[in-house]
Amino acid sequence: MATAESASPQFTTRRFPPSQILLWIFGTILLVTVGVWLIRNAIDSPDRFLEVSLIGFTNGSIYALVALGYTLVYGIIELINFAHGDNFMLGTFQTNSIVNDGSFQIPLFPTTLVLALPLGAAAVASDSAAHRTYTILMCLFWSMLFCMVINVSIERLAYKPLRNQPRLVPLITAIGFSFILQDVGLVWKGAGPQPLPNILPTGDIFTWRAASYGWNDFIVIAVTIPLLLALTYLVRSTRSGKAMRATAQDMDASAMMGINVDRTISFTFALGGALAGAAGAIYALYVGTSKFDTGFRLGLFAFTAAVLGGIGNLTGAVVGGIILGLIQAYNEGFADARWTTTIIFGVLILILVFRPSGLLGEQVPEGQ
Amino acid sequence: MRNHVGQEAPPKRPARKRLPTSDWSASWRRFRRRHPRARWILPAFALLLAFSYPWWGLEGPLSAIFNDGLGIDSDTLFNISIYVMLALGLNVVVGYAGLLDLGYVAFFALGAYTLGWFGSGLFAQRDIHFLDTSPARLPGIHLSFWVVVILAGVICAIAGVIIGWPTLRLRGDYLAIVTLGFGEIIPDIFRNGDDIHGFNLTNGVRGVTLMDRPGFGVAVHNATGGVLPDRYNSLELRPWYFTVLVMMAIIIFVNLRLRDSKMGRAWIAVREDEVAASAMGVPLMRTKLWAYAIGAIFGGFAGAIYGSFINGIFPTSFSFQISVIVLVMVIVGGMGNIWGVIAGATLISWLNFTGLDKIGNWINSGIPGSGNDIVIAKYKFGIFGALLVLMMLFRPEGLIPSARRKAEFAEGEGPSEYLYDVGVDEARA
Repeated sequence: MATAESASPQFTTRRFPPSQILLWIFGTILLVTVGVWLIRNAIDSPDRFLEVSLIGFTNGSIYALVALGYTLVYGIIELINFAHGDNFMLGTFQTNSIVNDGSFQIPLFPTTLVLALPLGAAAVASDSAAHRTYTILMCLFWSMLFCMVINVSIERLAYKPLRNQPRLVPLITAIGFSFILQDVGLVWKGAGPQPLPNILPTGDIFTWRAASYGWNDFIVIAVTIPLLLALTYLVRSTRSGKAMRATAQDMDASAMMGINVDRTISFTFALGGALAGAAGAIYALYVGTSKFDTGFRLGLFAFTAAVLGGIGNLTGAVVGGIILGLIQAYNEGFADARWTTTIIFGVLILILVFRPSGLLGEQVPEGQ
Repeated sequence: MRNHVGQEAPPKRPARKRLPTSDWSASWRRFRRRHPRARWILPAFALLLAFSYPWWGLEGPLSAIFNDGLGIDSDTLFNISIYVMLALGLNVVVGYAGLLDLGYVAFFALGAYTLGWFGSGLFAQRDIHFLDTSPARLPGIHLSFWVVVILAGVICAIAGVIIGWPTLRLRGDYLAIVTLGFGEIIPDIFRNGDDIHGFNLTNGVRGVTLMDRPGFGVAVHNATGGVLPDRYNSLELRPWYFTVLVMMAIIIFVNLRLRDSKMGRAWIAVREDEVAASAMGVPLMRTKLWAYAIGAIFGGFAGAIYGSFINGIFPTSFSFQISVIVLVMVIVGGMGNIWGVIAGATLISWLNFTGLDKIGNWINSGIPGSGNDIVIAKYKFGIFGALLVLMMLFRPEGLIPSARRKAEFAEGEGPSEYLYDVGVDEARA
């Protein structure tokens, strides 16, 4: 084989068509321009640059949590779970209920009735630190559980029977569920933005000239990083994680090896849902408000992050989330905040055109 | 008796008995088989019903059911026809070529803004007129509405090619997300386009108002004895409706002709199996680009006349929800089947505009225990979402599917993909 290849060099040298080369030149120019622009801003006002970067990093870690849910599901059954962003939104609403009403709530959907489980967790900024910590933990736990149950139920109810259908069928189903979940949020809490009091600790950890880094920013990272480590451990080192990776690689073969594929896929959805719930809790506590359509836009941004890092790739989702957070922060800090949507979707399109496998490479059944 | 392979041929089945002639569907089928032109009877009848609706639906004895009961008044009628046009356009992309487009609203918006650019006082510093029907010589660019409609089609086709060229090579679900991205970007550009380096392109969130109306000019108006109006107005809605119907009829005709053309067969081949189509010499990119561009043209037509009818276009009126609702229409009706899509679009847009509210009223007034306080608008998203999910679960081919589509869904994707994968593995090993 080797001799045959060396005998015909014209087949081994890759020739790029001119359009490909043009695309790459265009891409390089774009990257260099953005780089120069960023460096100039950094030199002009380093403290502001630091502040903006920290904001971007904090927002990016929330994107990363949501993006992980997309990437986990895509990695295993190649489905863009459109409902994921709206699941995240329901997580923010659950947190809202816990902080405002002190109870875990189950919306009984077609009606406006709500089943409430009192937790005594209602909190305002002036409460004691211990009580606020309790509330934050309750928010995290119950939101994660809530979103996990929703995600798994959707999978069992709709995605599972459609697993052998053409790929667009479950995708359209996911869009349908996205609408349904938005409606659940709308009926549950109403159409307007839903505020909640800030119960995260206030005050700055450090300040440098005009830049400051607060405790609330730190809490976001402090919750996100352990979750990411736990997920990494779960996927890399446990039996269920091994089953997940096997199923992602080849569903039929892993079924033949005795892996319960259905349970593994449900487990993946549970993990994704839990991460969406955690992200929802952090988002609601950190940003202080959410709306029934928050999840749609944020979910798309997070999906962009997953594609940016390489879909199916867990590290990629985190890297992509943080890069996306930084892009958004730099745009809002140094350019025009009105164009954020355009820029983020522009990034998505550019990535898909130039490097569809993402920065770190995709890990999906089809790509292997 | 042996056949050419040498196997024993199965015994001949006894000739099937003729179905009794009272079975109307069988005799209709037989009639259609004998007379090829008979396939135009039903569409022509439907078209006739649609054209005469203002006389039998809006007035007369049946108006109590259709106008008051179902809420199909002249406004709703116009909106329904606009959405039928949109659904027929999306049908080319989704139904024929099998490309999931989640950003179709972008072309609708672009069509409407084309009218804003070439048929309103947006660029007040210019003074360009061409066969326009405005009463006085207003500032701004005012081309004849019919020219603007063509322009909207051209601009949307160009935009479709520009959007499609880099993205159509992506696989199905990535394409969906990229088109969704464009569907968000284009309204975003319109929203923020009031200050592009100091140039007001779209008037931003304030939108473009006072659009030009279609019309045939005074000369034609007088020459036809007043049948063709010199300028449409907001009181007499029939000309608007007939205009949309004529546009719709053109779109249906083009749709039918395209489906049966070489291009249409290429679309269906690409939809069914890209790899096989490519191997058979179908140029994938060109075929997909054509589908995308033609879908865009129809969206542009619909956008232009919609903008003129509502006499004001705002970036907020072109949201993702419209893309999804049009998609619901195509899916509910039956992807790839024109009559199914028209039925689906009529049903869903009726539900969207007045049907759901009417149903809510019936529930509130008819069912005593309901508390009479159901605000159905609150559940609109949920109902459309549930409709999508239920259709996908129980009838993915739609209410009136095309025979081919039905076969594809019944077959699933399993076997063909499996064979293909095996081929790849062998090539690697």
